[in-house]
Amino acid sequence: MTPLSADSRPRLARKARLRTDRLTGETLLLYPEHGLVLNASAAAIVRLCDGRSAGDIAAELAAPLADILDFLAALGDRGLVTT
Amino acid sequence: MSRPYVLVAELTYRCPLRCAYCSNPTEVPDRPALATADWQRVLGEAGELGVVQVHFTGGEPLLRDDLEALVARAAELELYSNLITSGMPLTRERLAGLAAVGLCALQLSFQAARPGSSAAIAGVDAFAHKRQVAAWTRELELPLTVNVVLHRQNLDEVGAIIALAEELGAERLELANTQYLGWAHRNRAALMPDRAQLDAARAVVAAARARLRGRMELLFVLPDYHADRPRTCMNGWGERYVVVTPDGRAMPCHAAHILPLAFPDLRACSLASAWNDSDAFQRYRGTDYLREPCRSCDQREVDHGGCRCQAFLLTGDATAADPVCDLSPHHDLVVAARAAAADTAPPLTLRRLRLAR
Repeated sequence: MTPLSADSRPRLARKARLRTDRLTGETLLLYPEHGLVLNASAAAIVRLCDGRSAGDIAAELAAPLADILDFLAALGDRGLVTT
Repeated sequence: MSRPYVLVAELTYRCPLRCAYCSNPTEVPDRPALATADWQRVLGEAGELGVVQVHFTGGEPLLRDDLEALVARAAELELYSNLITSGMPLTRERLAGLAAVGLCALQLSFQAARPGSSAAIAGVDAFAHKRQVAAWTRELELPLTVNVVLHRQNLDEVGAIIALAEELGAERLELANTQYLGWAHRNRAALMPDRAQLDAARAVVAAARARLRGRMELLFVLPDYHADRPRTCMNGWGERYVVVTPDGRAMPCHAAHILPLAFPDLRACSLASAWNDSDAFQRYRGTDYLREPCRSCDQREVDHGGCRCQAFLLTGDATAADPVCDLSPHHDLVVAARAAAADTAPPLTLRRLRLAR
């Protein structure tokens, strides 16, 4: 994945599925052979990975852009978001 | 109490391939297969119990003509469904149908990087068809994992295998060294690599992993016969995985048939009672059952003494330390198996489906 910036438009990869855990109510991000339990802020970011820009996501969540980009880069390393 | 996250649904033991490294049992129970409605009930019970991923596997799951109905049920339950397949027999139309009813991902086996070496291991010339299946998978935008079981006969091709997976557009490549359980155990001397061969393959994988980061996940499962410490088998007995066999038995591990335990019959009980209450699931859960040298070992919470099935297969005692551990009093069995493999090159015995009497 190319380096991320405020103009990057992350989308959730085809292999990744979001769902609510039936037992705990937590948000899960599932992909082949793996699953991540997302905390509330991570879940909020992932739900906005619909093609809008990283800058818009930061504005929408009133969160520092650097934090958003770090998290998106970590997801990108696992192939979970594409830009 | 732990919960299962993954259901391994072994839909049939039948398979068009005859891979010498197969982990299926050498003899399979002569009992009727679980019916569609039973499988659908088991999927529902799995979802209630906390399962979030289901692997449809076998044998070859495509041999069941109700696979579509099971994938659809999994989708209804929001289970992440993964089809683990040889790709045979499969048409583009059937694969499109599976995608349409909600299949989430496909894991396709290859035996080697080339047609000839693949056929020698599988007993069937399936290579070109598998390439076609991979192409359909990408066309249908299904995530593709390529899985290759590694052993002496294909480890030298590992660079070419990685190139093949890249060319096919795989998002994930699983390179799992053979575990000598089930049918693979009888081919142990023919399949076991030597240390130099393994180290060379491992270096190729490490370099490729760095290059492919973010594009293709590369998993390399080390062969435990060459490790000093055992693997954490199934993340612990009855901790995260539940396997259901074609005839409806619930087991903590797909190789557990060989153990002298009464595995719960899901025609007669629920998956929840199998998981929570059955003797078979409780027997080796946690670490209380461990004996020395495991009991006082500082790794006991990490590896739980290793693989129960392997301990039983090699020592006749499922509570023993896994002999791959160099602290095991039976470790000489593993050392001897490595030495025996180095001295011989027996032919592969291809898998045959045999019913237990």
